[in-house]
Amino acid sequence: MAEHISLAVIGGGPAGMAAAIAAYDSGITDVAVFERDNELGGILNQCIHNGFGLHTFKEELTGPEYAGRYIAQVKERRIKCETGSTVLSISPERQITVVSREKGLRVIDADAVILAMGCRERPRGALNIPGFRPQGIYSAGTAQKLINCEGCLVGKEVVILGSGDIGLIMARRMTLEGAHVKAVAELMPYSGGLKRNIVQCLDDYDIPLLLSHTVVDIKGKHKLEGVTIAEVDEKSVPIPGTEEFYECDTLLLSCGLIPENELSLTAGVTISGATNGPVVDDTLGTNVPGIFACGNVLHVHDLVDFVSEESGRAGHNAAEYIKSHGKKANAPDIINITAGNGVRYTVPSTVDRANVESEIHLRFRVRNVYKGCTIKIVSGDNVILSKKKRISVPSEMEDLIIRPEILSGADGGLTVMIEEGSV
Amino acid sequence: MTRNMICIGCPMGCELTVEVENGQAVSVSGNTCGIGKKYAESEVSAPTRMVTSTVMSDSGKPVPVKTRTAVPKEKIFDVMKCIKNTTVKLPVKIGDIAVADVCGTGVDVVVAKDAG
Repeated sequence: MAEHISLAVIGGGPAGMAAAIAAYDSGITDVAVFERDNELGGILNQCIHNGFGLHTFKEELTGPEYAGRYIAQVKERRIKCETGSTVLSISPERQITVVSREKGLRVIDADAVILAMGCRERPRGALNIPGFRPQGIYSAGTAQKLINCEGCLVGKEVVILGSGDIGLIMARRMTLEGAHVKAVAELMPYSGGLKRNIVQCLDDYDIPLLLSHTVVDIKGKHKLEGVTIAEVDEKSVPIPGTEEFYECDTLLLSCGLIPENELSLTAGVTISGATNGPVVDDTLGTNVPGIFACGNVLHVHDLVDFVSEESGRAGHNAAEYIKSHGKKANAPDIINITAGNGVRYTVPSTVDRANVESEIHLRFRVRNVYKGCTIKIVSGDNVILSKKKRISVPSEMEDLIIRPEILSGADGGLTVMIEEGSV
Repeated sequence: MTRNMICIGCPMGCELTVEVENGQAVSVSGNTCGIGKKYAESEVSAPTRMVTSTVMSDSGKPVPVKTRTAVPKEKIFDVMKCIKNTTVKLPVKIGDIAVADVCGTGVDVVVAKDAG
């Protein structure tokens, strides 16, 4: 017979820990966190740099320190943590199959499930870079894990493709460890990383950032010998004649993160084409009753503080779902939230305004760099919220707080849009 | 002397032009708000940075460490050299001192993760 628990949290990183803690504090104590690694903390364990926790703890912590604060809270509550345990599947009826070295294969029924599996890096195979497949090409996060957790420096002469935050952080990290980072090439005309990382990771060490450039060839049959970088036009097509060869033994790829939703799919969860994460309502509930999602599995965040806050809400909402046996207080009145001009996606994408209890965090990313713009939420012809922004950029997630009372004025769906201003 | 820099106070990333005399900022332009002025002033007079890295433990696995506060920017590589020559004996706790007063900066290098 299958075992039973109230709440199964899949993933013991920052999202899973914050969700489990919040659910526990909301009265559901029969919680288990399933983590495939041998320790809690997730990606934070390899993010040894500082800059975490400014919002949550009002101080700058390193990744392991930030994780440590949550691990302590999990332990204080004696929340059950099954590390070294991989969840293989989740059924739409919330039956999870988990395997571990100690306990073998088990099937567990859960009243609610929180998806907190995080994301993974876009690999070389998804980037269409021509050339050989020699040793020496790593995703930036893999190199980060090898250096920071295993103590292996992966190379000496380095080129980085993609200016996402992990790539920038790794440029500094490898420089500090004695490697020579020759360049960071970025396909887009703007960086995918935070400005502070460009200044403190590249400029501080005179590492050039080549915007509108990409790797067009990889040389080396067994071991990487070098890469060819070319400038690209506005359609991201390499411009002939701009190729330059960089001798290197290491190429790091920092070309985006993809929410890891294989398990969500086994449960029948609908995935958004814009975020690659589950489509959720204002409770962070998916289309499958009793299955919630939070953190990077839902949409890729740039700040862990936002992950913890969001996951706390998912944990609380899952606890409320369990306590009410999935019944809503009022008949649902669901309205859609649409991404309008300049907005790539919104999380959540629906809101049940008959059952909204507290303010809603509406999170989204913009498509481009907008200076002096206004973010608007419109419903029909009515502007129900308007916020001026000095700047809005794709690399920084926006977080709009909507008070429940303004939803009553909404006529049909809501559209979030950017109104461009004069610069 | 004139120095150009990008403010890291917010995503605006204002391009600042700073007039420097005797290691002090005498004028800052290009900034949109007060944060830029403050940033430029400290950057030209005494830039500091946190250093985060790992030290080897007796188990053969690295342990993350950080300088307790920021150290002068020009000392970063000296600090790294000292950190690389350090090993710690497990178990360690967050906040344990791995290197006291690193390179005469008055700043300790401390352990950033419970291990062992």
